[in-house]
Amino acid sequence: MNLIETLKQPWPWYVVGPLIGLTVPLLLIIGNKSFGISSSLRHICAACFPSKIPFFQYEWKKEAWNLFFVFGILLGGIIAASFLANPQPILIEPKLATELSSYGITEINGLMPEQLFSWNQVFTLRGFFVLVIGGFMIGFGTRYAGGCTSGHSIMGLSTLQWPSLVATICFMAGGFLMANFILPLILSL
Amino acid sequence: MDAMCINGSQLEHKWQHKLKYLLVGIVFGIVFVKGEIISWYRIQEMFRLQSFHIYGVIGSAVVVGAISVWLIKKLKLKTIYSEENQFHEKPFNKGIIYGGLLFGLGWAITGACPGPLYAQIGIGYSVIIITLLSAISGTWVYGYFREKLPH
Repeated sequence: MNLIETLKQPWPWYVVGPLIGLTVPLLLIIGNKSFGISSSLRHICAACFPSKIPFFQYEWKKEAWNLFFVFGILLGGIIAASFLANPQPILIEPKLATELSSYGITEINGLMPEQLFSWNQVFTLRGFFVLVIGGFMIGFGTRYAGGCTSGHSIMGLSTLQWPSLVATICFMAGGFLMANFILPLILSL
Repeated sequence: MDAMCINGSQLEHKWQHKLKYLLVGIVFGIVFVKGEIISWYRIQEMFRLQSFHIYGVIGSAVVVGAISVWLIKKLKLKTIYSEENQFHEKPFNKGIIYGGLLFGLGWAITGACPGPLYAQIGIGYSVIIITLLSAISGTWVYGYFREKLPH
């Protein structure tokens, strides 16, 4: 099997995890930057709509590296989808597939269900919860917590900070609650 | 409470120097997609304890990150601009609990943390632009009410 064909397969966790972990020393060595992604949302606010809010009054241009970084992530997505897309449909746990089919999510091909994540869903009640309310909670929650999975769970835990462990436990608790108890109600709408 | 001023390096560079972060971002984005951590299905499996994948990714990332940080501190490695590496304390406040729970709820609905949102748009789910705009407005609303919120 040639290299490209191999790269098109889903990559295992023991390859992906260490590569993500190496981002921590890489960003430090190339410019003294702390790995973190949710700050990009704050910089966009500071750059576009600071509105005299003290929290958005800082020199966002000094943090512009973070915006280059997240724009890179978007480009990386385009490259992966264009040249390294998995030709096979995604394999998911059968129990999950059964559960999803009870909410009418039956077409499982790409990385996300198109029956949930497409433009014609935006104006449905279900789509409003998933796309709009879900996004709002990400933006509000990460800033309130002072970081997201990258800033707290990876950078914070890598530098052995106990508040980041508390944050990670809360992320997981919120996720368990949503996925098992609340999301089934939303998906049934 | 989240720091008001978050500058690390005090050095000023021309904007071209920032292109290296674009490059790191590109590689990172490819890893995100091929590792399927931007997949809504993988996140649902994780929170239903149906798959080890994401736990393995985060766990091994932390181990590699922690060993790297330990080495940087131990060997006093400098940056490519010969600066001392700085590590920022993340002091505890109650916002970590309230905000953490709220973010966890959003993570499980959308199947994305902030990083994957950008990658999901990149792989062609353009509707995630709505989710990203909503996340930006969430951060803005937090900034607006910050002084009134319990921390």
